Amino acid sequence: MIGWIFIVVCTLSLIGISLCVVYDKRPRFLRHVTAITILCIWAAALWTLIRRFSEGLGAVAGVNDLAPWGLWIGADVFAGVALAAGGFVIAATVHIFRIERFKPILRPTVLTAFLGYVLVAVALFIDIGRPLSWWHPLVMWQGHSIMFEVTWCVVLYSTVLAIEISPVVLERLGLTRLLRLVKATTIPVVIAGVILSTMHQSSLGSLYLIVPGKLYPLWYSPLLPVFFLISAVAAGMCVVIVESFFSAKILKRGLESSLMAALGKAASFILFLYLLIKFSDLAASGAWDLLYERNLQSNMFLLEMLGGVALPAILLSFQRIRNREKFLLSASLLVMAGIVLNRINVSWIGMSVHDQLNYYPTWMEIALSLGFITAGTIIFFLAVHYLPVFPKTEEEPPEAISAGSKTGLMPA
Amino acid sequence: MNQHTPDMKGFSRRRFLQGVIGGTGLSVITPSSFAKDPGKTSFANTPSVLVDVTRCIGCRACMRACKNANELPDNTDLSEGFPISWEHQELRFDQWTVVNPSTGANANGDAVTRNIKSQCMHCLEPTCVSVCPVGALTKSELGPILYNADRCIGCRYCIMACPFDIPKYEWHSGLSPVVGKCQFCTRNRLSQGRLPACVESCPTGALKFGRRDSLLFEAKARIDSYPDRYINHIYGEKEAGGTAWLYMSDVPFENLGFKSSVETSPMPPLTWDVLSKIPIVAAAMAGLFGTLAWSLNRQEQSE
Repeated sequence: MIGWIFIVVCTLSLIGISLCVVYDKRPRFLRHVTAITILCIWAAALWTLIRRFSEGLGAVAGVNDLAPWGLWIGADVFAGVALAAGGFVIAATVHIFRIERFKPILRPTVLTAFLGYVLVAVALFIDIGRPLSWWHPLVMWQGHSIMFEVTWCVVLYSTVLAIEISPVVLERLGLTRLLRLVKATTIPVVIAGVILSTMHQSSLGSLYLIVPGKLYPLWYSPLLPVFFLISAVAAGMCVVIVESFFSAKILKRGLESSLMAALGKAASFILFLYLLIKFSDLAASGAWDLLYERNLQSNMFLLEMLGGVALPAILLSFQRIRNREKFLLSASLLVMAGIVLNRINVSWIGMSVHDQLNYYPTWMEIALSLGFITAGTIIFFLAVHYLPVFPKTEEEPPEAISAGSKTGLMPA
Repeated sequence: MNQHTPDMKGFSRRRFLQGVIGGTGLSVITPSSFAKDPGKTSFANTPSVLVDVTRCIGCRACMRACKNANELPDNTDLSEGFPISWEHQELRFDQWTVVNPSTGANANGDAVTRNIKSQCMHCLEPTCVSVCPVGALTKSELGPILYNADRCIGCRYCIMACPFDIPKYEWHSGLSPVVGKCQFCTRNRLSQGRLPACVESCPTGALKFGRRDSLLFEAKARIDSYPDRYINHIYGEKEAGGTAWLYMSDVPFENLGFKSSVETSPMPPLTWDVLSKIPIVAAAMAGLFGTLAWSLNRQEQSE
């Protein structure tokens, strides 16, 4: 009970801090509140970690034999990977499709993706029962397992992201020769990244293809891999919008408004595509009728589809909304919430039998998840502060200069 | 080997692992060697058990025998003689079979109680073996599905994927939890030509061990001889593509709590059909994006 009160207070505090940033309100105590909140979350997360490694998962998490995968898999891993999809989308846009005007946001996006994957890897390390054996799938091959493929893709794609973000560090350290080497391999590395991302984003959905009798038919579909991939692309774009917005506020730099609006438009297209395929599939599979059953599953499904997909898709299709920063931000946040809800629905609500939930997360699971989010955010801003992530455009509008070619970093 | 954690009462982890991992004489076949060509593999010879639900008196002798044979902790009320209470028992990582009374409506609509034994069904084309990323679960040459804790990473995909919800996890172990499920006494008894402990201990003949085809034949003969007594459904004949454990009953299985949502076709192709296409899709994407990037790059340079 005390734990839950603690979680609610910390969450409200984080939301309050974010609102202060959004509305440019900087009360004097903001710094202190931020520091205290984050330290409290980290202390709780550390306590969770100590108990998890000494007493086992059962001591800290609500997971059980009926629900072997809990919030750390559903929200931290599934949603985390999806939210980090912006990395391969923007990298492909700039380096494969050669739409160079997106270059100014390439580095922060790849950095976000890289940090996202590092956190996902840490979450997996904590969640698997025998963390010291995490490397087994790399050596003990079992090519019939989706999990085997996902492990390989995540390890390889994290390496790809590390290579993609390495120029930031190399440039800072002035290692020009190594920098030139990395630069020469950019295009093949980006192509490898796109393939690996496509594979494992979809494969996270394929994990559930094996449970036709368990996953509620509103979510179960042979097209699960397609849904996971498409939704990740849209969500990845919206993460770029949100991340750019907060970077602009906190670092007091200009926002690449036209790029953000373009991303919003693209996300809207993809969300409409998702809706089209999703509802055609529901109609074809006969699961449509389940929408009229007013049970937990259908309510959660409608909340996800209407609030997290349809509403932002419609909002983002209006140019007037896309051009207003705060509306664009709100719609993007809706998309992010929608994808988190989708992954939780698939891994938890949909796997429960009707109104009987098979699992209840503990406050400690949420504390560790909040710990991941805050740690990721702080590492991001530390990296931005010490490394040349953003183009140096304090005075000029970002589009005016091609930041990459000016510093000789990115292949022009 | 594994780190040695403090032993539980009457249960040595080392002995447990020896039981599970040892028996090097038994070679195992990987899923790749059977799932590719299920048609070629005959399952008729698979060691199987026929459970006649109408004959089970619920004495739980099989539970006790299982614990003794596999050196699992006997911390229930089963240690001496007949159970003193009818507490509901759940499968656990260290309790591989349970017998519980279950009440359901029979064909006439009357509520009757039957004793139901649960354990791993030992699928002919096992889901758990196909989903395990490290091959910790394997289908042995004899047929039963075995678990190797030394390979396991604890991802719990087997628990999530099993159509019968059988594998259980050691939730309260910090760094070396195991997945527990019936091993069909493969290494400690079957390989030495002895019956599984539960079958040997059954006093009423509710459990019968034999080749799968002859057990199916016998079950059908029993149903034909007593059509009023048995329902015409052998649970496990087709469920999940067929299992080594077969059940016959006088009460419809779904009324007794058996999972009725299990597909009748084998499960592994559900993911393999997608997985097997990945190399082609990846190669196509590499070609497409490579050409695109290269041509756009050239176009820019020539401009």
